[in-house]
Amino acid sequence: MSFAKLAASAAALAVVSASAASARDQVQVAGSSTVLPYASIVAEAFGENFDFPTPVVESGGSSAGLKRFCEGVGENTIDIANASRAIREKEIAACAEAGVTDIIEVRIGYDGIVFASDINGNSFEFTPVDWYKALAAEHFIDGELVANEFTTWDQVNPAFAAQNIQAFVPGTKHGTREVFEEKVILQGCEDGGFFQAMLDAGVDEDTAEEKCMALRTDGRSVDIDGDYTETLARIDADKDGIGVFGLAFYENNTDKLQVATMNGVVPTTEAISTGEYPVSRPLYFYIKKAHIGVIPGLQEFAEFFVADEIAGPDGPLAAYGLVSDPELSSTQDMVASGQAM
Amino acid sequence: MTDASIAGAAPEPKKSSLLVQDARTRKRNAAEARFRMYGLGAVCTGILALVLLLASILSNGLSSFQQTYITLEVALPADKLDKNGNRDRAEMAKVSTFGYQPLIAAAMEQKMTARGISVEGLSAKDAAGLVSKEAPAQLRNFVLANPDVLDTTRTFEFLASGRVDGYYKGRVSMETAQLDKNISPEQLQLADILLEEGTLETRFNWRFFTAPDASGQRPEAAGLGVAILGSFYMMLVVLCLALPIGVATSIYLEEFAPKNRITDLIEVNISNLAAVPSIVFGILGLAIFINFAGLPQSAPIVGGLVLTLMTLPTIIISTRASLKSVPPSIRDAALGVGASKMQSVFHHVLPLAAPGILTGTIIGLAQALGETAPLLLIGMVAFVREYPAAPPEGFFDPASALPVQIYNWTQRSDPAFVERASGAIIVLLAFLLVMNAIAILLRRKFERRW
Repeated sequence: MSFAKLAASAAALAVVSASAASARDQVQVAGSSTVLPYASIVAEAFGENFDFPTPVVESGGSSAGLKRFCEGVGENTIDIANASRAIREKEIAACAEAGVTDIIEVRIGYDGIVFASDINGNSFEFTPVDWYKALAAEHFIDGELVANEFTTWDQVNPAFAAQNIQAFVPGTKHGTREVFEEKVILQGCEDGGFFQAMLDAGVDEDTAEEKCMALRTDGRSVDIDGDYTETLARIDADKDGIGVFGLAFYENNTDKLQVATMNGVVPTTEAISTGEYPVSRPLYFYIKKAHIGVIPGLQEFAEFFVADEIAGPDGPLAAYGLVSDPELSSTQDMVASGQAM
Repeated sequence: MTDASIAGAAPEPKKSSLLVQDARTRKRNAAEARFRMYGLGAVCTGILALVLLLASILSNGLSSFQQTYITLEVALPADKLDKNGNRDRAEMAKVSTFGYQPLIAAAMEQKMTARGISVEGLSAKDAAGLVSKEAPAQLRNFVLANPDVLDTTRTFEFLASGRVDGYYKGRVSMETAQLDKNISPEQLQLADILLEEGTLETRFNWRFFTAPDASGQRPEAAGLGVAILGSFYMMLVVLCLALPIGVATSIYLEEFAPKNRITDLIEVNISNLAAVPSIVFGILGLAIFINFAGLPQSAPIVGGLVLTLMTLPTIIISTRASLKSVPPSIRDAALGVGASKMQSVFHHVLPLAAPGILTGTIIGLAQALGETAPLLLIGMVAFVREYPAAPPEGFFDPASALPVQIYNWTQRSDPAFVERASGAIIVLLAFLLVMNAIAILLRRKFERRW
């Protein structure tokens, strides 16, 4: 009865799946969740304007994306890895081991990292030193490391309002965390002379750096492992909270958030592209050269991604919050010629 | 009565009455009353949690079933869209959606001058911001499909942009627009004027169920089409594989297999598998189906296979339970009139156990439908805009799935996606509700009590 029918259909399915691994006709992209919105905007426009199918874009983080990128060459591996940081030596080696040797590095622009708080709360004008003082686990005072005891912002800097210190920073799995630690906390530690003081006291450089970047764990600094939407929800619940966001996220939520200046500079795409606003990082994607010509549309997609009408200062990516790269034309040449790293 | 009279007649040293409770009885009764209160309290907590959940989802999500549209007459100048004038599709395709964008602004300006609408401090470009960024693509597709419409003026219905749509759903107000970089109060004033004269309209949003996903810049265009199709394909795969394998396994184990250590071991393992976290099946799927068997990534076939593994234990356990509940007398009677063992199983036991098997299958499917974790690892948590083809090829095309779409949308920065995500949750809940209702109906209708 129906059992026989079902068994037959199952068998048919198995046969089809055995003969399946046929040619893939769409580009597969995976990687950083920061690059994902940009990549999906480009993928959408690519699908609309070309006769190739819309590329499939996955997120999952820079490291996870590069790991999958380095799994090997072939149709069941991804073609492009998005990353919010440059590829590491270790990853290049892992790639080479799996046979992925020619990798094209494409810088699509810059991402600003901003500090924002509730729209109706106090305004802040930060310097990296303020953030170091507010969030460091231990302060180096008179030759000794003592636990950070600041509880309100006016203790950090008398110019600030007496608001509870409550920061929502990206969790360690985010690429943003690395930038935050290096360009804000470590910078503040150095600017404030704390780093030098530690060196002078005979602490070796690595330890001093580590001590500088250790964030307090008494609940004043909260790691957000989810997305910026979670940070926004936390600020919504705790009006004293100050969160770390990507510029694009802030620009989409300007009715709920106010942004703080850093070193007196308001984060805008212009200020970031000139380097005036200090906290930013380049965004990349990596192409597997061996797949160009095999996967239809891969070359076209990469060229379209960095075309002026997309990634230029007037393109949709800039409108969404990407800081366009002043050296975009050299990137375009590099993609067109397929120059590997 | 008799009990009471006997109790009364017994030579009891202690004085007791049925009418007056002694301390011990009172204590026991109080304990029972307390227990009932606890139970009631637990039920109330559960209901309260459910009501809160539903209220928050419904209040956020119901608005996603409505959508605001703008009707515009767009002039389609041939000198811009087909420069060589020979209506060749390949040549016309060179004009990208960026080339179509100015037509919308022009149409908007035309409309405003024709109707004498003017809002202070609003440029034509700002006015065009009322229309979704999806509109140029809609125009381009229409022109490429019908080249003879060039040099005419056609009426198009475009989606309104996410913020304008949000304005009519109460998500955006004049105050927030003041602060919002993506919309200005002047644009909203224009929207109000257009609404009054009937150019702007909010109505039921069929596209939410049919349209594919859209990027973060056009939340108004995002729909569940690909996700629903992907989920459907996966359920099809799960049904076609898990049901026959599960039922065959159960029948063999229950009716034919000898009871020994090996079958005991299998039984324990099946029960264990039912409790394995679903992400483990995702890891397995990645290792076996993608890396070893070479099946494509992001494809419903891989998702379906992974979910089949996950659903199998549920189906096997429920099938065995329903086979067990068929009384042995049925089997004995069948064997007694000369049926073979197999005939007795397939002609008598299986049909009687069918309602239970179907219920278990549907509940297993519902569980699989709501599963996200195993799909993470096989590349289905992705931005997919192309509809998968019709089966069987479609099983190998990239697709998304309903729970995955919800997960994706909650991560987007545009607040309009909160509404979309809640709307998608409502759709998913509706599917689950329907499946469970079918399971209950089947059981009610066909179940036989012995």
